[in-house]
Amino acid sequence: MQDISLKVMPGEAVAIVGASGSGKSTLLGLLAGLDTPSAGQVHLDGADLFGLDEDGRAALRARLLGFVFQSFQLLPALNALENVMLPLELAGEAGAADRAAKMLERVGLAERLRHYPKTLSGGEQQRVALARAFVTQPKLLLADEPTGNLDAATGAGVIDLMFELNAERGTTLLLVTHDDAIAGRCRRKIRLAAGRIDGEG
Amino acid sequence: MLRLALRMLLRDWRAGELRVLALALVLAVGGVSSVAFFADRVRQALTREAHQVLGADMLMTADHAWAPEFRDEIASRGLRGAESVNFVSMARAGEETLLSAVKAVTPGYPLRGKLRIAPDLNTPDAETDTIPPQGTVWLDERMMAALKVRPGGAIELGKARFRVGAVLTLEPDRGVSFMNFAPRLMMQVDDLPATGLVQPGSRISYQLLAAGEREGIRQFEQWARAHLSRGERIDSLDNARPEVRAGLDRAQSFLGLTAMLAVVLSAVAIALGTRRYTQRHLDGYAVMRCLGAAQSQLFALFAWEFLVLAFAASLVGCVLGFVVQNLVAWWLAALIPGTLPPPGPIPVLQGAATGFVLLLGFALPPLLQLKDVPALRVIRRDVGPPRQGALAVYAVGLAAVFGLLLWQAGELKLASYVFGGFAAAFGIFAAIGYGALQAIGRLGRTGSVSWRYGLANLLRRPRANAVQIVAIAVGLTAILLLTLIRGDLLDAWRGRLPPDAPDRFLVNIQPEQRQPLAEFLERNGVKRPQTFPMVRARLVAINAKPVGAEDYAEERAKRQIEREFNLTYLSALPPENKITEGAWFGPEDLERGAVSVEYWIAERFGIRRGDALEFLSAGRSFSAPVTSVRKLDWDSMRPNFFFITTPALLEGFPASYIASFHAPAGDALLTLRLSQAFPNLTVIDVSVILRQLQSVMDQLIGAVQLVFLFALGAGVLVLYAALLATQDERTHEAAVMRALGASRAQVLAAQRAEFAVLGAIAGLLGSFGATAIGWTLATRVFQLDFIWNGWIWLAGPALGLACVVLNAWAGARAALSRPPMAALREGI
Repeated sequence: MQDISLKVMPGEAVAIVGASGSGKSTLLGLLAGLDTPSAGQVHLDGADLFGLDEDGRAALRARLLGFVFQSFQLLPALNALENVMLPLELAGEAGAADRAAKMLERVGLAERLRHYPKTLSGGEQQRVALARAFVTQPKLLLADEPTGNLDAATGAGVIDLMFELNAERGTTLLLVTHDDAIAGRCRRKIRLAAGRIDGEG
Repeated sequence: MLRLALRMLLRDWRAGELRVLALALVLAVGGVSSVAFFADRVRQALTREAHQVLGADMLMTADHAWAPEFRDEIASRGLRGAESVNFVSMARAGEETLLSAVKAVTPGYPLRGKLRIAPDLNTPDAETDTIPPQGTVWLDERMMAALKVRPGGAIELGKARFRVGAVLTLEPDRGVSFMNFAPRLMMQVDDLPATGLVQPGSRISYQLLAAGEREGIRQFEQWARAHLSRGERIDSLDNARPEVRAGLDRAQSFLGLTAMLAVVLSAVAIALGTRRYTQRHLDGYAVMRCLGAAQSQLFALFAWEFLVLAFAASLVGCVLGFVVQNLVAWWLAALIPGTLPPPGPIPVLQGAATGFVLLLGFALPPLLQLKDVPALRVIRRDVGPPRQGALAVYAVGLAAVFGLLLWQAGELKLASYVFGGFAAAFGIFAAIGYGALQAIGRLGRTGSVSWRYGLANLLRRPRANAVQIVAIAVGLTAILLLTLIRGDLLDAWRGRLPPDAPDRFLVNIQPEQRQPLAEFLERNGVKRPQTFPMVRARLVAINAKPVGAEDYAEERAKRQIEREFNLTYLSALPPENKITEGAWFGPEDLERGAVSVEYWIAERFGIRRGDALEFLSAGRSFSAPVTSVRKLDWDSMRPNFFFITTPALLEGFPASYIASFHAPAGDALLTLRLSQAFPNLTVIDVSVILRQLQSVMDQLIGAVQLVFLFALGAGVLVLYAALLATQDERTHEAAVMRALGASRAQVLAAQRAEFAVLGAIAGLLGSFGATAIGWTLATRVFQLDFIWNGWIWLAGPALGLACVVLNAWAGARAALSRPPMAALREGI
């Protein structure tokens, strides 16, 4: 990655688009502090991300960020409810079970609370992941190809749900995708090519 | 196909996919071959040590002078030779006379081991390479004391007069036969004619000693066997020294067992390594299936890849094994007496064969599963290979391990016990582990998030975790077995020769002397002397069929049947005797008369339980049925009897008595006072022999302990491999948790919770397993009393929990040190 300079305001919905290998996911990882850059800075809600140590960044993520991954990344040892409870519990917040159950109800999985990931369909898994991302009321949601592993109809359902939740809670959204239709639903589009910003629109 | 396989191997290697498996294999082969190398060298050294007890590599004994051709043959083959002439004769010094065991030797004696002499009584002794100079004799301490001479004085032997040169403190080849119990007088062969003691008809034994290279000795032995005539024999370790042989056999059992442990542990490590490899290759093979690869192609590809891997890893492993055993030999040079002989080539073959058999036995079956991976996995990641019973998958591997065990042990019984022990431990461990996981999982729904997440993780894969518990438990079993239990076994072994073992024997006690002797011994602080009646009798018929020398082919049998045996009569079975057939005398036997026969004597003379034996003693004969066969303990240093009869049968016969006791420490002159008070008694002092035997045993034990270090290393490797096997998943899950905002401490705590439970269960199981195996080995294989060890129940769980620390250090750190993004991208 080179010459990336980018500012995202609260409440904005930004799509990062580009061909495979253009550096979309890498950028997302850097923005979340999941990866460390050889040079450069990321400020998140006023905090210098790489001025913090790993645990400091983790605490910041717990407080500010929600995540949705292409391959869902649910923990297989935990059932749907426990997966959604996990970020609340990690942050030490009270009433995790109730809040998680409500959130799952919101994404339409009230009947699936005790199911383990491997017994859920792809679309259901991604909805659990959305519930997990939103349950902490994050200020910023990072989504990495959230429909990449889903068929078109299921994918569309998940995307609708994601934008609904985003609108309800006023979350800032950073979405990596190569699907122009999805990108089109964001106000701002940043195009990446070979690790550089290739234009905004 | 081979070229493609090679390319695959290189790709896998570059990608780091094979490192774990290859490392496990290299360490396995390295472990096995270093044990084999070292065991081979120690075994050679032990044999040499044992030869020292013979005073030569080969010892030949005759009742007449050896023909010159034997001497010439030794010289012409480039071997070293020496001779000794042995007889019993009266020695005189002033007023004192004493029956002494004379040994006249040629220069060069002894060929193995060293004589030790001291310039005077109670002065430090030292090794010497010489023999007594002409006109000089060396006497042992007892003889000096009894004859009241000091070095510089003179003694007479036969018609000659000798100067006393030094105190002989140690002969390496001092045997345990009766003739050797008289005090020693050593002189040189050239002085012998002057004594006039060597006459036709004198009872003299002529010994010819040879030493040299193994092959040369082997060939000479072959030649000599073809040229032996009546009255000449070759004393090998087998027939000469039953008590030393018993020690050697036990030491080799210990060494073999150690090597076997390394084999079993390596197998576990390789099974775990393959598990990781196949998990990582599920995707690749699904893709290859999609691309149109036939199952047979995939299998051939894998087989070749693994054969090449086995070859390379075995090579590296053997080199490693060689280097490591050299390092250990160098490191422990001070502990090992003398230098170790260089290892032979067999360990290389052993190591390589072990590598191939283990890899193919344990890696191929799971790989066969891999080729059945459904192509569907490309789309749905959670579709695995078809499930098969673990037993079916590893049947080949288990058979391979059993084959290796058998090869290592060279004995079906020992191999079966160890294999059975491990198989039972695996089964029981898996069952208990699985049950414990289920139980704890149910309890674990409360508590901190880390604790709950850790427990949830345990329950998610109860089978895989049960496997991991088994692996850790096996590793811990081995470690506990090798440390605590091994110590107990060795203590029990040492304990067979207790410090208060009898070290003096009194022979030829007359019936009327029993009371005065008992009083004398009590006055002199001797505790619990044991006395046995002894009746001399010849075995004349078995089942009314007369027997004599002509009925037996074996030289020893011929000699024994023509001489009188020492019989005793007892109503209780002496300690250290074990009935192998029949039963000890019951009330009916005591009334009717019966005889109990020692096992090897029964074998030698073809005596079965139920046979009627007829003996002749002092012109009177008696007969009795054999009601039991006994095994004696040759280590016990107690008077052992080939035939024991019921008291009523022998009480009427003229008997003398034999007594054994432990001489009180610090009373050097007890023996002398005893022979002055009871001049007719023959006093046999075995303390010197006991000391020598004890030191041989100590060295054997030391050698066994060295070899145990390697198996210990293999045990630690298994623990590490078990942790590594699930490392990928842990790394990935740690990354997800980090992305969700978990701190390092939280991730670590979750892993700790998981491993604490795993470790505690595995630790308890390890304690249980080691105790069970130790008990089996002690009571069934080594015939020792098992010592229960309470510490093991603390040490097992403690070690299990230590695995948590190991994991936190090795595994979790690795999971946390990488940026979460990298782990997330890799997927599972």
